[in-house]
Amino acid sequence: MGRYVVRRLLQMIPVFVGTTFLIFVMVYAVGDPVNAMFGDRAPDPATAARLRAEFNLDKPVWLQYVLYLGHIFTGNFGSAFNGRPVGDLLVSAFPITLRLTLIALVFEIVIGIVLGVVTGLRRGRPVDSSVLMLTLVVISVPTFVTGSLAQYLIGVVWGLIPPAVSPEAPPGELLLPGLVLALVSLAYVTRLTRTSIAENVRADHVRTALAKGLPRSRVTVRHLLRTSLIPVVTFLGTDVGNLMAGALVTERIFNIQGVGFQLWQGVVRQNAPTVVGFVTALVVIFLLANLLVDLLYAVLDPRIRYA
Amino acid sequence: MPEPERPEPDDSEETAGTPALEVAGGAAELTASPTAVPERPAAAPSTAPAAEPGGEPGGEPGGTGGEPERARSLWSDAWLELRRNPVFLIAGALIVFLVLISVWPGLIASRNPLACSLSKSLDPSAPGHPFGFDAQGCDVYTRVVHGARTSVTVGVLATAGVAALGSLLGGLAGFFGGWWDAVLSRLTDIFFGIPIMLGGLVFLSMTGSRSVWTVIAFIVLLGWPQIARIARGSVIATKQNDYVLAARALGASNSRMLARHILPNAVAPVIVTATIALGTYIALEATLSFLGVGLQPPTVSWGADISDASQGMQFRNAPHILLYPAAALSLTVLAFIMLGDAVRDALDPKLR
Repeated sequence: MGRYVVRRLLQMIPVFVGTTFLIFVMVYAVGDPVNAMFGDRAPDPATAARLRAEFNLDKPVWLQYVLYLGHIFTGNFGSAFNGRPVGDLLVSAFPITLRLTLIALVFEIVIGIVLGVVTGLRRGRPVDSSVLMLTLVVISVPTFVTGSLAQYLIGVVWGLIPPAVSPEAPPGELLLPGLVLALVSLAYVTRLTRTSIAENVRADHVRTALAKGLPRSRVTVRHLLRTSLIPVVTFLGTDVGNLMAGALVTERIFNIQGVGFQLWQGVVRQNAPTVVGFVTALVVIFLLANLLVDLLYAVLDPRIRYA
Repeated sequence: MPEPERPEPDDSEETAGTPALEVAGGAAELTASPTAVPERPAAAPSTAPAAEPGGEPGGEPGGTGGEPERARSLWSDAWLELRRNPVFLIAGALIVFLVLISVWPGLIASRNPLACSLSKSLDPSAPGHPFGFDAQGCDVYTRVVHGARTSVTVGVLATAGVAALGSLLGGLAGFFGGWWDAVLSRLTDIFFGIPIMLGGLVFLSMTGSRSVWTVIAFIVLLGWPQIARIARGSVIATKQNDYVLAARALGASNSRMLARHILPNAVAPVIVTATIALGTYIALEATLSFLGVGLQPPTVSWGADISDASQGMQFRNAPHILLYPAAALSLTVLAFIMLGDAVRDALDPKLR
């Protein structure tokens, strides 16, 4: 187990370098951050040159990247062009998005798996077909449409919750945005669980458990669900990335000042250090989530062992 | 018991130590990968139409599906199943309609979507303008109809590009193995590390003026690894089948094996994934346009229209400017996702 974790961590290094380099190239090679700072006006050549030197922008891209990575490993994400350290911004924004993502994950896991088990055990019945159709509809309506509609109906017309979230973003106010963020993934979790359950109902270990005389509910939860969750957990791992990207939309709609909101501000203002810093942090979280998923396999399926 | 049925994605040295990593290839792969190929070696070498009329010795001209003892090919089987599936028929009809109005929007909307008059800003529906007017005073109905072209173009071309590039690179890597396979596997890992919307936000915001083509190119650039991974796994599973080994033993060339034996039998998972991806790409374009990094004004896009509608919550006083483009977008995505779902059910023999 320990060796496996170390090997996986080592394997993450090239992926991390590749991913961050790709983002770095996109931001610094495709766009011109210094020109972007001046908006539509042409910058004064001397000022531009000084700024380029200050932010290492006069060096070749690969060298900029190496310098940048070096800073990151000492905990320095650089400063935004307005002078505010990107690290500070990250620290203030991250807890909010973390809360939002966790709420969304809880919705996904609880509702999605329950629906999936119910439909998987009743395959072909009316409950199954209607839930299945419903998931298709939910998948088809993009998050930003659901978000705008939910904000309009629940927040404005019915006035049940404040339509915009306050800057501190307490968990209670994040319930609706969290649900909106979770919806599409929730539908996928339902479908995956359903397929997996329907497949495993006929598995040998489930039949054995039933033959031993265990009660149906115990077999479902302890034997059937446990092995059926493997594809679902895989999905949840990759979905952490989707949720964080989806937070861009949800946070914008509900005015939540988390990572997505700050990242979007950075993009709109073409604030290169903010963008690269935030995306790098998100990528690291995404990679760690996937590692966690791989380790969870062994917990779920006793046949999988990591030497 | 999922393990034994999964086609082993890799048996070469360089990834042999990471079982979980390869299995973790994503939800789409998990649902799509065990398709067809290993289970149906009997019908395998014949392609779709060849099986039907050829072997039938004269009798039963109108037999629409009866003979269970005859081995039909996967494709004719799938087609028979699809024709009976109401979901497919509804989705198909909707898609035919969408394609028609994206090629000839004038068929049902004769006005110019860019001709607007501010005096009618946010007016409700009027005779000849069933969906009312948006904030700029443009006819919402006309814009909704013309928006179909953008969405369908982005969806179809991006999917075609992703499928072509992905299956070419992934398929060759799976077939030949070796260093290219190792490079490709690491490359897909890197691309998988960037959620596509995050990449879209960063990449597209850096390009100054964006047309439909920029968005398509971006989706192809970040989308191909998904298909490449599936194509690679599928080709590796196929190439271990007896008929491929037989063809190799008989001295078939690489190109012949690829074209005659591998391609027809490995393409099903790619088709399934690509069809489902088509719907999600349409939603992706709309989302990017909503965030302001997608398509720009002269192009009529549902996502951009919805974005305009929610600017400062203008739709509070005129819900129609949000509802109609949103409904059109959702219906379109729904149609393509339903199609993908039906195709997957038809091509996946495990569900039979």
